[in-house]
Amino acid sequence: MEVTINLNGTPETHDVEPRLLLVHFIREKAGLRGTHWGCDTSNCGTCVVWLDGKPVKSCTVLAAMADGREVRTVEGLEQGGQLDPVQQGFMECHGLQCGFCTPGMLMTARALLDRNPDPSEPEIREAISGQLCRCTGYENIVRSVRWAAEKEATEAEEVTA
Amino acid sequence: MQVPAPFTYERATSVEHAIALLGQLGPEARVVAGGHSLIPMMKLRLARPEALVDINDLGGELSQIRVDADMLVIGALARHADLLASAVAGEHFKIFHDAEKVIADPVVRNFGTVGGSLCQADPAEDLSAVFAAVDGVAVLRGPDGVRQVRVRELHVGPYETVLEPDELMLELRVPIRPGGGSAYEKVERRVGDYPVAAAGAAVWLDGDTVREVGIGLTAVGAEHFAAPEAEAALRGQPATEESFQAAGRVAAEHCNPSADQRGPVDYKRHLAAELTTRALRRAAARARGQEA
Repeated sequence: MEVTINLNGTPETHDVEPRLLLVHFIREKAGLRGTHWGCDTSNCGTCVVWLDGKPVKSCTVLAAMADGREVRTVEGLEQGGQLDPVQQGFMECHGLQCGFCTPGMLMTARALLDRNPDPSEPEIREAISGQLCRCTGYENIVRSVRWAAEKEATEAEEVTA
Repeated sequence: MQVPAPFTYERATSVEHAIALLGQLGPEARVVAGGHSLIPMMKLRLARPEALVDINDLGGELSQIRVDADMLVIGALARHADLLASAVAGEHFKIFHDAEKVIADPVVRNFGTVGGSLCQADPAEDLSAVFAAVDGVAVLRGPDGVRQVRVRELHVGPYETVLEPDELMLELRVPIRPGGGSAYEKVERRVGDYPVAAAGAAVWLDGDTVREVGIGLTAVGAEHFAAPEAEAALRGQPATEESFQAAGRVAAEHCNPSADQRGPVDYKRHLAAELTTRALRRAAARARGQEA
């Protein structure tokens, strides 16, 4: 069947089997390898992308189910050559070691900050509770998200001022 | 790589269309909503539907959470995250928020649906026990019209329900009665795992007497996810710690847990008693307005 997914604002059309998972559409058909394919059992969360604006685990969604919908991946975070504040936060606070969980963590973190611009540490931990960092680097991931929240708050103040 | 067996895919554009598709495709077709119970089973080839009917475009019709007269109505396509965020659901039945906080994880809750969980009928699925406790009714629609089935009568066994192959679950209806409180208590090994055991309770008090009570049990082999013997033991009794503990013991006696990697039978039975008692205690406190 022909599936068209609006991927980071660009329509991607491919002829696929209905059983193709969204994560493989993104990686193999569209060639965007930023989204990682991890446990394959909806546990680890490295495959998290946004489907119509909400984070989902793309190993547990069929590409066919995303036909005609909008998907945003980690490649879609950068805007106009500028890294998203959550990406900057992960750089500043050493939020990644091996980097395997990072794309999923970034997408969940971005969604959290859009919904709650000033999350507490427990709120951040709750938001990423469905995702695993195999380096166990959670402390720095939480710090990275806080860094992004603070940076965005400062920038918002500057705009108001 | 886990790949489902081949199937054909159809997307429904209306409830009528979904039912017609299910009729055309026959008994080996399945409805897919969030897919977060079904697709993992398809990937493991534990489920091999020949066709999927995707109902995600029916959200406007099927995903509302609202009060209709004296009923809380929850659309079958409401996402777990919607139910967790629903003020009206929490106002009348805190058990929904208790349970939704511990169902899967926040990302899975964005896409998994209430109706999908119930229709998958996994023995370790939380919402079946929740709806058993509050005595919810499922509204099902087939080619010949609509019928209502108590959630307590929805399941005929693991992964089996009374739904006909061409029936679609539209919504869940829960009667709102005054003087009530409800709660859900679960023990899980880690976030996102299925429960080792869980219990839900809804109580309605007349002063200090238990006028009516519903008890649901998850993952301990309770028939229809309910504990009718414990309910009978508690109904009409004083709403005291002793009564709640006695009801917990009855619930534990009448369930039938299996040993697995989450624990041995005696531990699960212990949890059934303890979690039933805790859920009753908290439900009663909420009925009295003593606990949020």
